[in-house]
Amino acid sequence: MSEKKLALQVSALCNGTVIDHIPADKLFAVVNLLNIPDMETNVTIGNNLDSKKLGKKGLIKIADKFFTDDEVNRISLVAPNVVLNTIRNYQVVDKREVKMPDKLQNIVKCSNPNCITNNEPMDTLFHLVNRKEGTLKCHYCEKEKNVKEIELL
Amino acid sequence: MEKRSIVSINDLSRDKILSLLEAAGKFEENPNRDILSGKVIGSLFFEPSTRTRLSFETAAMRLGARVIGFSDAATSSASKGETLKDTIMMVSNYADLIVMRHRLEGAARYASEISPVPIINAGDGANQHPSQTMLDLYSMQKTQGTLENLHIHLVGDLKYGRTVHSMLHAMRHFKPTFRFISPEELHMPEEYRIFCRENNIPFTETTEFNEDVIADADIIYMTRVQRERFSDLMEYEKVKNCYRLTNSMLSGTKDNLKILHPLPRVTEIAHDVDSNPKAYYFQQAQNGLYVREALICDVLGINI
Repeated sequence: MSEKKLALQVSALCNGTVIDHIPADKLFAVVNLLNIPDMETNVTIGNNLDSKKLGKKGLIKIADKFFTDDEVNRISLVAPNVVLNTIRNYQVVDKREVKMPDKLQNIVKCSNPNCITNNEPMDTLFHLVNRKEGTLKCHYCEKEKNVKEIELL
Repeated sequence: MEKRSIVSINDLSRDKILSLLEAAGKFEENPNRDILSGKVIGSLFFEPSTRTRLSFETAAMRLGARVIGFSDAATSSASKGETLKDTIMMVSNYADLIVMRHRLEGAARYASEISPVPIINAGDGANQHPSQTMLDLYSMQKTQGTLENLHIHLVGDLKYGRTVHSMLHAMRHFKPTFRFISPEELHMPEEYRIFCRENNIPFTETTEFNEDVIADADIIYMTRVQRERFSDLMEYEKVKNCYRLTNSMLSGTKDNLKILHPLPRVTEIAHDVDSNPKAYYFQQAQNGLYVREALICDVLGINI
């Protein structure tokens, strides 16, 4: 039996989500982002696991939890290339590489204190203007920010 | 009817800019046209700006419209804590169009999304002021006969100056060459230099401001160096007079050169320049009237 299959057997999920390929230094950011400390279902968190792609990676397994697109989008802001596996009845039924969306509605806080979004009860909206550089632009005040400098709502 | 607000110069295509300038030209020939009789225009100045407000309100009145509104947020319900949304929704019950000025950036964009009537942005904080940019373009086109291939020198506060940033965006359609002339502390921000490179707009930069530097300019666009922008007041005292244009500096400049300034001017243009035919800043302000008449008609869907 291959190493991979053995690992899957050990920690097989019946239903839920496996978040894989999280850069090791971003693991706890993702944990907090998804409000995992408040979850009551079975959660397994691993870190500094060997990864061919990343060297060291983090991994989270959450039983009986499936993420909405909004939640997935939030992950892309701290860890842009993680992989989400949706498990149903022990089978991987969906495998998604998280990609930053072109539009981020009500996910990022604008860092400009003079932006209308910080002064009016309303949603924020950012456009991804340069995917390679990770540059976001506020739809309202038109200020640009790098994704590394942003604050989440 | 499709709602057509004017919020940011960045939203306007080359064709749109040119058609608005053409309409402004018609209003210059005949500014008094009774084409908006029966219309009511809301003029909401959440922050005072006498110059811009008078220009817009005059434009509305010369088109035959009537104007309602306020000139200071202190006299509106905003001072009681009313949200922008509520103020806009209330005024849009009464007015066919809202012209608004607000200290917060993005206020006009937001208003344009919630308002059932068109919005014209008359300035949203440090962000956009499209009617100013349009009157700058109109003034350049009128004095040079074209917007294409102009050598434009931007002088003074290039870091915080909203007008110079908007000009870069608007001129990307017209193959300009820029020279940025400013003190170290007020250099053109990196994001705008990247913008120029991405759009193949050639530019040079210098901290010197003298006869030689401006010899090849078609347009000199002066801006005010503001004391409050400096962390070190000694530095301000050193540079404030270095970016001052005097009449004697203009002797070797091109015949077609015109000097623009968004006004108010303080010390950056000496008064002896005013009588030089190359000085154009007062006519520039007057052009704002024609441009604003064109913008008002455009958002109301009226072709002239």
